[in-house]
Amino acid sequence: MELAFSLLTGAITAAGVALLLRGDRFRVVLGIGLLGYAANLFIMASGGMLVGRPPLMDVTTDPARAADPLPQALVLTAIVIGFGMLAWLIALALRAGAETPEGKPSSKEPGS
Amino acid sequence: MNFTWLPWLALFGALLPGPLRRLRIDPALVAGAVATLGLGLLIRTTPEVVVLGQTLKSSVPWVPSLGLAISLRLDGLGFLMCGLILGIGLLVVLYARYYLKPEEATGRFYGPLLAFMGAMLGIALSENLLLLVVFWELTSISSFLLISFWQFSTDARRGARMALTVTGLGGLALLAGVIWIGQIVGSYELTQVIEHADVLKAHPHYPAVLCLVLLGAFTKSAQFPFHFWLPHAMAAPTPVSAYLHSATMVKAGVFLLARCYPFLAGTELWFYLVTITGMLTLLIGSFLALFQNDLKGLLAYSTVSHLGLITLLFGLDTDLAPKAALLHLLNHAVFKASLFMAAGIIDHETGTRDLRRLSGLFKPMPVTATLAIVAAASMAGIPLLNGFLSKEMFFTETLDADDIFGRSWILPVGATLASVLSVAYSVRFVRQAFFGPPATGLEKTPHEPPRWLRVPVELLVLLCIAIGVAPALLVGDLIHAAASACVQGELPPYTIALWHGFNTPLVMSIVALIGGILVYARRERLFRGVEARLSVSQGRRAFEGIVAALVGSSQRLERALRLDQVTTHLRGLLACAVLVSAWLLLPALARVSPTNTSGDLVLWVLCGVALFALAGVLLKSERPLTAIVYSSIVGLAVTLTFAYLSAPDLALTQLLVELVAILLLLAAVPHFGLPPRDKRSSPVRALDGALALGVGGAVTIGCWLMLSTDVASISRYFLEKSVPLGQGNNVVNVILVDFRGFDTFGEVTVLAIASLGILALFDHLAQRQAPSDLRPRTPLFLQSVTKLLLNLALLTAVFLFLRGHNAPGGGFIAGLTAAVGLVFVYQARNPTGAPARRPASMSRWLAAGVLLAALPGVAAMLFGRAFLTAGHVHLPLPLVGEVHLSTVLVFDLGVFVVVVATVLAILPTLGRLPLGKPTAEEER
Repeated sequence: MELAFSLLTGAITAAGVALLLRGDRFRVVLGIGLLGYAANLFIMASGGMLVGRPPLMDVTTDPARAADPLPQALVLTAIVIGFGMLAWLIALALRAGAETPEGKPSSKEPGS
Repeated sequence: MNFTWLPWLALFGALLPGPLRRLRIDPALVAGAVATLGLGLLIRTTPEVVVLGQTLKSSVPWVPSLGLAISLRLDGLGFLMCGLILGIGLLVVLYARYYLKPEEATGRFYGPLLAFMGAMLGIALSENLLLLVVFWELTSISSFLLISFWQFSTDARRGARMALTVTGLGGLALLAGVIWIGQIVGSYELTQVIEHADVLKAHPHYPAVLCLVLLGAFTKSAQFPFHFWLPHAMAAPTPVSAYLHSATMVKAGVFLLARCYPFLAGTELWFYLVTITGMLTLLIGSFLALFQNDLKGLLAYSTVSHLGLITLLFGLDTDLAPKAALLHLLNHAVFKASLFMAAGIIDHETGTRDLRRLSGLFKPMPVTATLAIVAAASMAGIPLLNGFLSKEMFFTETLDADDIFGRSWILPVGATLASVLSVAYSVRFVRQAFFGPPATGLEKTPHEPPRWLRVPVELLVLLCIAIGVAPALLVGDLIHAAASACVQGELPPYTIALWHGFNTPLVMSIVALIGGILVYARRERLFRGVEARLSVSQGRRAFEGIVAALVGSSQRLERALRLDQVTTHLRGLLACAVLVSAWLLLPALARVSPTNTSGDLVLWVLCGVALFALAGVLLKSERPLTAIVYSSIVGLAVTLTFAYLSAPDLALTQLLVELVAILLLLAAVPHFGLPPRDKRSSPVRALDGALALGVGGAVTIGCWLMLSTDVASISRYFLEKSVPLGQGNNVVNVILVDFRGFDTFGEVTVLAIASLGILALFDHLAQRQAPSDLRPRTPLFLQSVTKLLLNLALLTAVFLFLRGHNAPGGGFIAGLTAAVGLVFVYQARNPTGAPARRPASMSRWLAAGVLLAALPGVAAMLFGRAFLTAGHVHLPLPLVGEVHLSTVLVFDLGVFVVVVATVLAILPTLGRLPLGKPTAEEER
């Protein structure tokens, strides 16, 4: 099952990178979204993999057997912040799109 | 208060002039008070430091892991520097008060001036070498701000940039040198470094270290070939020139030589590098000074030459050379500051500094003229003035020093020649400004300056005479203490005196005097044609050439590598990431043997679904709606993975975020336009494919390695203490709101900032209402259903919120649930995109949420507990059962409000953007 999980994470990353490299605004937004999934899965992996043992002390009463709660707490805020950042990215892309002629992002400031 | 307050006093004072100006307090008063207070603190240490020759130390750790400490020391050398910085600083403040126009004398002048004073005091007092470098850079920056004080002038801006580039470059070299010293010695503390001087000097890297440190010293003290920035820095207001560019900042370089003297000097390399640089600077500076028509230009090149003289002395290997150098450091500061101030008075009262236009000023301004003549005489080295004393010592030391290149005559002859030139330009300064026929065609009629503008000059000139007549009495102890601290050892007995008998140095002085007057008298015949060739500074031309070449080659490189494309940078970054990962991961892969390779059907199915959906995203990315649907399938697969792997909270959060994110993307799609077709050439496409696979492979391997390695987790603590300490069964939630509440607080703030940023980005559209009759109305059915749905969603949110501490739920999840309900209602009621309420009002809700989250934290502090410490109450409620109420609930409520407000701020804003580009009117 480690392999399946790793492949899942890696495949999402690869697709995200492929979209990023296309360079247009829509694909970059989509690619960053995918990379967000992959990053969260990767952080989850640092806590190991346990099935059916959530870190709820009334369900899994033995602390030694419960899933690692720390990566979960990290990922939980990361998901919400990831959403905030995705929104911010979309807003930036839309605003920039209104100001640069092409849809492609450029390192040059507009007008230079 | 003791001496350690000195730098901080001035640095803190730098913050005051701006605010105090609103209270109508003269900023000069603040600056003067700081300097006076500092001087008082310094003088109080005289008995220990100057009379007994002790070294006072104090140390506070700053970044111990880097060896960086705020450790200060006050010894004779530091005392001398501090005295100059504070004493001349006080006079300069007084002078500037009457020199600058009232509207110029603001915090923008006194702020950087005080910052400079503090930084300079820091350099003089640093025991830690890294700390010294920090202050060193601060002087460069404050000098930049002060040179460019008259921002409207091109010369000022150019001069400031040049000074910052040259001294900043030197500062970097110094930093490298200091770090290297720390690596060799094992400590950055001066005391330790001095103790290990032999190790340092014997080290094979010593030459490199020496060159780096000297580069720092030479750029700061305007030594050849870096001397060119100093004359251009004269675009600064005259008080700045008098203070920074003659008396103190440029002395930082020679001060560094004095500081490093015990552990870097005494080698052949030091002797040759420092002596020759000093000699060249001395000669070039005094030669060029002869041809300057700007009063301040003449003084600037003269400063360059005198700095060369001090450097030269530090290079020599005689016992008394450092003493002579320090005496001249003091003397030069005194007479040159007074000369700059006198030049400023002339500028102020005649409207020009051009020596070709000035003439016969003795008659209209006799007092100023007399003062300037005395100071110039000191500069030329006339007996009974302080300049004479150090010049005599200088001659003595050049005679006593080792032969350079096997010739004993080079140093004394060079010294005499430089003195001849020095006398010549001093005579020229006096003769052309003050004597001859009265000047004509000046903007102002020359007259004596206001009383207080002249007082600082009077005091300094008085000091010139006093030191010149009674040196041993006035500065004997001070210079002795400073020189002892400089060499860190015993000095041979020597009394600074006016008369040492009729000896060779005296002959050299007489030769210099007579020769200088002759050179001035016959200058036109001697230097015919030289002047025209020197009109443009060679140094500036070279500097600007180098800068232009650097900029040009960067631009060519940018064009050649297509660096204007973001994707180019991305490819480079990713390629590096893949290479580094391969280098790190592949060897590790060989070492790990997988412990558990059992197949697990659920995860494989999820993985298969995700792969299918990813292929869909990639292949259908030209059709945005399809791509979004595929991407959300990936999101659902991730959600299910979370649910399967014992993370119910994550699954809930991910599911809700997925819902909102789809709405967000759908709202944005019409504005993106159709994604362009693939226009990449096939090699680039192959490269991109390889990069994507490489990064994906690296993540796969990394993930697999992490999963196959047993790592001791720190989470046992949270699992065990969650119920007893946090009173909650849901450990994830307890971590979020209690154990790591401060992190969550930061994250909520970030979320609020992101939404505020989005609101700000589209602020110009806030007033715009989309026409409501352009799009079809929503079916009534949908409107009724959403109303029901909203109530359900809100109820669920309350439920999830309250139980969050013990079961999956909490502020984030409840917030998202409520937001989803509200968004559906919004979509149903406003298909046209015109919101019922301006989303800008959400900014208040965002702020309220953040404040609410902070509330229990601050409350805990009021009870004397740490920020965000929780308090608990258990409350039995009908129907719901026993509810656990605690202050974390308030915190979680803050999280809830921020999440709801974020979603409600973002979605309507993006949803009602006009299609197409905003018109010019909307932009406004």
